[in-house]
Amino acid sequence: MNPKTQNKIAIGTLYGVAGLVVLILLALLGYILVSGLPQLSWHFLTAPAKAFLKGGGVGVQLYNSFYLLILAMLISFPIALGAAIYLYEYARDNWVTTTIRTAIEILSSLPSVVVGLFGFLFFVVKLRLGFSILSGAFALTFFNLPLLTRSIEDSLRTIDLSQREGGLALGLSRWETITRVILPAAVPSILTGVILSAGRVFGEAAALIYTAGQSAPALDFTDWNPFNISSPLNPMRPAETLAVHIWKINSEGIMPDAKAISSGSSAVLVLAILIFNFAARYLGKRLYKRLTSA
Amino acid sequence: MFVSNDVSTTGTMQERHIVQPRDAQHPIVLSTEELHVFYGKKEAIYEGDLQFARNQITALIGPSGSGKSTYLRSLNRMNDRIATVTGRIMYRGVDINQPDIDVYKMRRRVGMVFQRPNPFAKSIYDNIAFALRLRGTTDKHELDEIVETSLKQAALWNQVKDDLNKSALALSGGQAQRLCIARAIAVKPDILLLDEPASALDPVSTSQLEDTLLELKKQYTIIIVTHNMQQAGRISEYTAFFNQGRVLEYDTTSHIFTNPQVQITSDYVSGNFG
Repeated sequence: MNPKTQNKIAIGTLYGVAGLVVLILLALLGYILVSGLPQLSWHFLTAPAKAFLKGGGVGVQLYNSFYLLILAMLISFPIALGAAIYLYEYARDNWVTTTIRTAIEILSSLPSVVVGLFGFLFFVVKLRLGFSILSGAFALTFFNLPLLTRSIEDSLRTIDLSQREGGLALGLSRWETITRVILPAAVPSILTGVILSAGRVFGEAAALIYTAGQSAPALDFTDWNPFNISSPLNPMRPAETLAVHIWKINSEGIMPDAKAISSGSSAVLVLAILIFNFAARYLGKRLYKRLTSA
Repeated sequence: MFVSNDVSTTGTMQERHIVQPRDAQHPIVLSTEELHVFYGKKEAIYEGDLQFARNQITALIGPSGSGKSTYLRSLNRMNDRIATVTGRIMYRGVDINQPDIDVYKMRRRVGMVFQRPNPFAKSIYDNIAFALRLRGTTDKHELDEIVETSLKQAALWNQVKDDLNKSALALSGGQAQRLCIARAIAVKPDILLLDEPASALDPVSTSQLEDTLLELKKQYTIIIVTHNMQQAGRISEYTAFFNQGRVLEYDTTSHIFTNPQVQITSDYVSGNFG
């Protein structure tokens, strides 16, 4: 076979594979949106859920998902950033870093149900945090940390070594070089990693079923004192998220419109992740421009 | 292994020929004593002791892998954490190869420009100003002035004076390299180390860069690694020839190029190998 035909076959195959992937994604997305969008209304997005009657909404679950996402990110991002900086910028290649990297890899392939059960035993039971947003956020941190660390480390790797040498040669310390030269340049790539992991966290259910709980007590959105049990900010209350809600309705929902609520919730979940992605990308671009005047 | 028999002209060639600079007007500011560099157990530099005269340009030449870049990077301790450097590096009477030396402070006196232009992902202005800001120069007027003088000294001011807030990543290779020089001299170093600064540049940019260096030597002591022997011949007062981790010959540039005392140097400068 001559190289030209070979090339054509290879390109054709790659196009086919890529097309197949796009087709599957579009089909899934289309199915979710077509069956879910008609259910959406302002009422659906804001009203609390109903256990036995028609016409419940997902307001509390939607809020819980965002609150949990933000808390989980606030906990896991600084740890992941620090770990990635240490691993890539400071640590030498020896048995300690090899051990850490292996641990990260193993942790990242842990099924999320296992993370959830661990979170249940450790945070909920042992540390007596109960079914709470905090337990959920810690479980999500365990779930999120390995991949986020890995992706930030990869972001640092994309910044050329000559940038580090440039900083050092100006008499900057290694820390100054990292914080003033490397991190600003790595912002877009780090942000992509954060967005991807945020999407995973936002859609995660298994790790939360046993930690943040499956009930969504009504919230009083006028009460922002985090110590009150009905306050949206209270981190010690049980908090069913959107993803958990979808799982629960499908497995044991007894309201008459369970199917419709499930479809609507799925559409909201997908849309929320999309909006979140676009917003984060836009902000990231703005931030990168400000940091680098590119 | 590199000596080819058919070009040997005299039978009295020496194995090494080192003449350190002796010039009352240009005293020695930097020198190495018993410098050895190891990568792991492998010794990359031995017998490499040189002295550098103030406000002069010294060129380090030699074939690839001869150790000239390794030597240069040892001078401002850029090899820390990469290689082990033993021996003394005397800068104005102080051994800067001591562990208790503040390397960050020292590197502000001994600056460096690299082979590939490495402007930061910042504006042209900030490429120069941000290191100064970190060291406490926050006055806007003062910063403006330093940015302007540095860019003028690096012969870049006229081309970028209206684009100071644009990203430095949009500059051409030659401009970017001159920005890197401006950035290096903005912190007011004493010595400027250049590691093949023109190897990624086109001939026009290279010749502009050389003019800039000739101008800069009035204020700075310059040590330049170069692959380009014409370049060494055009700009340097002194030339050291490296081969396989040793300095085989060190003398004034005119001696090295017109009357080399070591056979391998003669072969190298006449283009017979390397």
